[in-house]
Parts: sequence; C-alpha cells; structure tokens
Amino acid sequence: MTVESKHWPLWEVFIRSRQGLSHRHVGSLHAADAEMAIENARDVYTRRQEGASIWVVPASAITASSPDEKEALFDPADDKVYRHPTFYDLPDEVKNM
Amino acid sequence: MWNNRIFEALMEMDLLQRFEAYVAAEKKIEPKDWMPDAYRKTLVRQISQHAHSEIVGMLPEGNWISRAPSLKRKAILMAKVQDEAGHGLYLYSACETLGVRRDDTIEDLHSGKAKYSSIFNYPTLNWADIGAIGWLVDGAAIMNQVPICKCSYGPYARAMVRVCKEESFHQRQGFQIMMTMAGGTAEQKAMAQDALNRWWWPSIMMFGPPDADSPNSAQSMAWNIKRFSNDELRQKFIDLTVPQADLLDLQIPDPALKWNAESGHYDHGPIDWDEFKRVVAGHGPCNKERLDARRKAWDDGAWVREAARAHADKRTARKSDSNTAAA
Repeated sequence: MTVESKHWPLWEVFIRSRQGLSHRHVGSLHAADAEMAIENARDVYTRRQEGASIWVVPASAITASSPDEKEALFDPADDKVYRHPTFYDLPDEVKNM
Repeated sequence: MWNNRIFEALMEMDLLQRFEAYVAAEKKIEPKDWMPDAYRKTLVRQISQHAHSEIVGMLPEGNWISRAPSLKRKAILMAKVQDEAGHGLYLYSACETLGVRRDDTIEDLHSGKAKYSSIFNYPTLNWADIGAIGWLVDGAAIMNQVPICKCSYGPYARAMVRVCKEESFHQRQGFQIMMTMAGGTAEQKAMAQDALNRWWWPSIMMFGPPDADSPNSAQSMAWNIKRFSNDELRQKFIDLTVPQADLLDLQIPDPALKWNAESGHYDHGPIDWDEFKRVVAGHGPCNKERLDARRKAWDDGAWVREAARAHADKRTARKSDSNTAAA
C-alpha cells in the first residue's frame, strides 16, 4: 500500500440547518468513504441540533473558479444597475411596486 | 533572465502592497487568494497549534470522566470533552485550506516540532480542577478567541465563531462546579481554593509572553490575525475574573493583586516567566505524559484507519467491477 493511499480522503461538508433552507458549507473532514463521512459530519458539525440533512462531497470533486478570474467573471455585473429595482424612480403615488 | 527576475520581484511587491491594503481595510482572505508566504506560515503555525491545544486539552479533563461525582456531571463533562475534539477538527480543517496535509500536521505534534498551549501540561489532581479549568482556562481561551472571530483569514475566523459559541457553556459549567464546591463543606471549599491556587498563574500565562517579549505580535496585528496584545487581553481577563473570585469567596493567589483606581484596572504581581519557558520547552509536570498519550492513541488507531481505507477501496473496486459487468 502506498503512503498516499493510506490517507483518508478529504470531504467537504454541507448542512441543511432546517427544512426550507438550503445546504450550506460548514467545513471539511477526513473519512475513508462517504458513509463514514456522513457519520463523522454528524458528530463534528451537528452536536447542537444544527442539522436536518447532510451532504458530503469529495473535496477533489469540486471545481472552483480561480481568484484570478474574479474580474472577468464578476465585473460585468458592476455596470448593470438597471437590474436592481432601486434604479427606477417612480412617483410616490405608486405605492407598493 | 535578469529582466524576468526583476519583473517577478516587482509583481510580488505589487501583490504584497495590494494584500496589505486589502487586509487593512478589514477585508477577508480566502484559501485560494494570493497571500505572502510569511502570512501563510504564521497562520499554519498558529492554527495548527490551536488545533493541537484543543486535542491535547481533552486529556486533563478526560482524566475525570470516569470519576465525575454524578451522572449529570459525567454527561456534561463528556459533552465538553467531545466539543474539544470538535474544535480541534474545525481548526485542522481550517489549517488544511492553507495547503498542508492533515497527517503531516498531526505528525508535527507527535514529533514535538509543533507546540500546544502549555496550560495542558499541568495535572488535574482533584474534581475541583475540572471546575477551575472551565472557569479559568476556558475563560482565558474565550478571551483569546473572541477577537480571532474577526481575523483576516476567512476559514480561521469562521471556525472561531463556531468555537466561541460552544465555549461559553464550558466556562459556565466550570464556574458552577466552583460555586457548588466553594459553597459546600469546609473540605470542599478547601479543594476549590487549592484548585484556584494551582490554576491561576498558568491561566494568566495563557495569554503568552509580555508584549515587550513577543516579537511576532506586531506583524500579526498588522495582518489582522491578532487584534489585541497579550498584555491587553491578560489585563482584561484579570479585571473580569477578580470579582468572580470574590463572588465565590475564594482568594486569588497573588498578594500583590490590588484595584488601581487611577488606571481602572487591577495591578498584579510579577509572573514567573521562567516557569512558562520551562513548560513550553517541554519540562512541565505532564509534557511527556500528554505527548505519549497522543502518540499512543495515533499508533493504536493505525490498524483501524488502514482497515477502513482497505474496506472503502474494496467496495469501490467491487462497484466498478459490477458496473463493467453491466456494461
């Protein structure tokens, strides 16, 4: 067995704190397989009723955008203020809109 | 060749300036962002030592789980020790985002390369020590940790928010043990006083060496890793704790401790920094016992880690075999 294959892989953990909310990233942990990752996540991240559901994802399976692409990806939204409701001035007579 | 190197050096300077301005503006750094090597190294050192402290910190208290005076106290102590394990894991997880491998971090603890808080090298001799640890050691830890919730490194700050939320039960349960014992029989009260006598000085040493003797502090403060100096936090802790000792009707073992109306703080006697240095250097009462216990736990668990990994690999292989067969 090589040294590398002896290590337990890293899993990213996402918790739904209650029904009606989406899963949110809370941290990571090591486990031999997905089942153990769920069990460990239960003990590490939900000791005080923080969870109604757990997702575990192998960290190696996540593709993330790079900080270098930040401008290319997100700057185009900067000058599109007309996407926000506050861009439109309406007379006070128009009450709820 | 030369031009290339100059260009790279200029790029680095530019990045460093931008980094420092960014951090000074109270903005957060996330794992994949550019950061100076020294910032990364400082964080790896601090977060890993913090994680090790949580893990080693389970040992002095674990010592009393089987001898807790009631089932209720036992359940509480187990929950607390389990929290410490969780805190260690949040922190190892934060540390790993900086590009270090978990097993290497743990190996650094076992080899003695990495330190942990020297407070855990003191023994827990009687049940009142569990009260004193919760009240003083967790109290000092909270004082140290609350400012780190606003640290510039996102994963560390987030781990700290979680830790601080959970830690406050630790301090309260400790104070409650002290209240019960200080309000009990003369013998129980003497045990509480004895625990305070032994834990007071090591607890106030938890804030680290005096500012004049803490060379890395200025850089950590400039990077928003550290928000208050060691002496500031220590003073804050003393000011908060003295009235609590009064409430317990216990004496803090410092004859020089006195309210200073002019400064608005308590003056305290000299701290024995030689003792601190001795314990950090590995010569405290329990350094060897603590590290031996950690190494033994790691070695004894090796076959479990290997078996679980082999089982997982076998199942994956079987699954891919049956997929191939189906295709």
